[in-house]
Amino acid sequence: MNAPPGDALLARLLGFGRALRRLGLDVHTGRMLDVVEALSCIDIARRDDVFHVCRALLVHRHEDLEAFDRAFDAFWSPAAEAEPRSASEPGDAPGKKPASQGPEPMGLLETQTDAAGAAGEEDSLDVPAWSDLEALATKDFAEFSESELAAARDAIERLEWQPGVRRTRRWVSGRGSRLDLRRALARSVRTGGDMVRLPRRVRRLRPRPIVLLCDVSGSMEVYARLLVHFAYALTRRHRRVEAFLFSTRLTRITRELRASRIDDAVRAVSKAVPDWSGGTRIGASLQEFHRRWGRRALARGPVALLVSDGWDRGEPAVLAAAVSRLQRSCHRLIWLNPLIGTQDYQPLTRGLVAALPHVDEFLPARSLRDIAQLARILGGVGREGREGRVGRVGGEGRVG
Amino acid sequence: MPASIPELQQRLAEQRYVCDRGLAVSLFIALKLGRPLFLEGEAGVGKTALAAATAAALDTDLIRLQCYEGLDISHAVYEWDYPRQLLELRLLEAGGALDRGTAHKALYGDAFLLKRPLLQAIDPARTRPAVLLIDEIDRADEEFEGYLLELLAEFQVTIPEIGTVRATTRPLVILTSNRTREVHDALKRRCLYQWLEYPSFEKELAIVRVRVPEASAQLATQVTALAQELRTQDLYKVPGVSETIDWVSALVALGHDRVDEQGIGETLGVVLKAREDVDALRGGRVTELLARAAARAAGSA
Repeated sequence: MNAPPGDALLARLLGFGRALRRLGLDVHTGRMLDVVEALSCIDIARRDDVFHVCRALLVHRHEDLEAFDRAFDAFWSPAAEAEPRSASEPGDAPGKKPASQGPEPMGLLETQTDAAGAAGEEDSLDVPAWSDLEALATKDFAEFSESELAAARDAIERLEWQPGVRRTRRWVSGRGSRLDLRRALARSVRTGGDMVRLPRRVRRLRPRPIVLLCDVSGSMEVYARLLVHFAYALTRRHRRVEAFLFSTRLTRITRELRASRIDDAVRAVSKAVPDWSGGTRIGASLQEFHRRWGRRALARGPVALLVSDGWDRGEPAVLAAAVSRLQRSCHRLIWLNPLIGTQDYQPLTRGLVAALPHVDEFLPARSLRDIAQLARILGGVGREGREGRVGRVGGEGRVG
Repeated sequence: MPASIPELQQRLAEQRYVCDRGLAVSLFIALKLGRPLFLEGEAGVGKTALAAATAAALDTDLIRLQCYEGLDISHAVYEWDYPRQLLELRLLEAGGALDRGTAHKALYGDAFLLKRPLLQAIDPARTRPAVLLIDEIDRADEEFEGYLLELLAEFQVTIPEIGTVRATTRPLVILTSNRTREVHDALKRRCLYQWLEYPSFEKELAIVRVRVPEASAQLATQVTALAQELRTQDLYKVPGVSETIDWVSALVALGHDRVDEQGIGETLGVVLKAREDVDALRGGRVTELLARAAARAAGSA
């Protein structure tokens, strides 16, 4: 016991580290040296302890634990020890595709433009001019052609997303009523004990976080792609965005949206969501949101955006309770509905009627002009508290 | 410093903390390598309790920093005692002893320095390494994380007025997070990472027995089985181990040595903290839950 691990073990450990990196874990060589050091403190004949040491040192995200456990089993199993060559390719571990994979399966989100997009990226001649955008501004997204969609994407990306501010607990110097004693004293020493001017401090203001919940069920299908672009643009412009898609169940896409290229983000999102264009269970999906992500996503007074046409197949009471809870846990709840503004639209589905009393704003989202208006409304979401908060009872969506 | 993993487990058990092998290995390595231990998991799985038990097991001080939004250096590391400094300044002035050099020395001495938890933990005067608990780091904002990263790398703090304070004995640092937000990878990378699950029935029962020894075996078994059942239900706020312990204690305080529907009804507020959850368990659900809990307890016995 306690003998320093030999070179053979080190080589194997490094192989294991490479295998983990291929699985997407963030493992660097320095970390492997820690493992070697740690292994010298324990009895390495105990496979379990080796496992716990490696796990504690090499994993630092909860979502990576499962991949690690599988890789450890594959790599350090007796069979793998006997045949180290095949073991150094843990690509065979279940759930992981071989490194030399062919073209990835295309999700619903990717159509010909995404494939062509990469090739035609420099070809800026196809991008419509601003005057064309003017005409596009009021057109229904559902009627957009592929090139118009691309233009809309660009326009959304150019919008300024500033969802109001909130007062944090942190102090910065400024003109307020509170004295900054530390600076006052430091200055008074310089002036021989006299307070010439009293420096003051104020609470720092911070933009509010955004929580985005998008319905991508069958009835919302025509908007799904643009919604993902919208989510991506928001994430790019604003540091604290939590994004979720749902139809029959809820999928968190916050991490997928962090990709540095939009196409990568779209690909990751379309792979992550298991139920594109499925049925709609808004209430159940929101409940799932509350249970799994609520505490995390709803901290620090966020603005919640719920994008849905309100066609819910679940119980209206469930939807109402979930929406009410959502409203109570955020600063502003804004329901965006692409159907507002269509001919004779009345939000009369039973679910919507039950949920609307718990919504702060009920806004259209069917054209670029609506989206631009949303950006303005978000900017106006102030610091003020929640008093006088009422749901929108009637069916009069705000139509610009 | 315990010499082996079983010894560490034993010492924690003496502090009434039931620690499984995986967690013990991580804690042991954290002690050996002098690395911070990062504990993540749902509320009430024993993250904070581990730090307290570890400090007691190592017979050293527990220094706790509770994080909150806006936590800054003046609350986490140090602050100058301004009123006393101002007073001192006036005294110096009155005594005619005021000149720049001496005023600075006199005003920024140890007597005017308020040491907050992080500075206490790295105080060079400390002879035994303390256990520094940085609780709920996810509540602090990102600026503070950045600061902490620097502190954990060097275990030193620079105070502009006096210079650098460096730890002579490095504290064992335990960070906890409830995952209300993702803590930055850079910070987690410096640490040993440990995810704490809700315990199995057997482990939770063992915890309940050592934490509430006055409860009857039947009550402890029943309530533990009930808590385990509750965790399989669709609840907004799932009860943690600390809720199970509170629940048993509450029932003991009310004089129960076994639990029935009435007992549950009276004490439901101890375990379920959301109105929707309490409503969901009204009516026949409690009877059903009791039956399933009895089956679970019988199955494990």
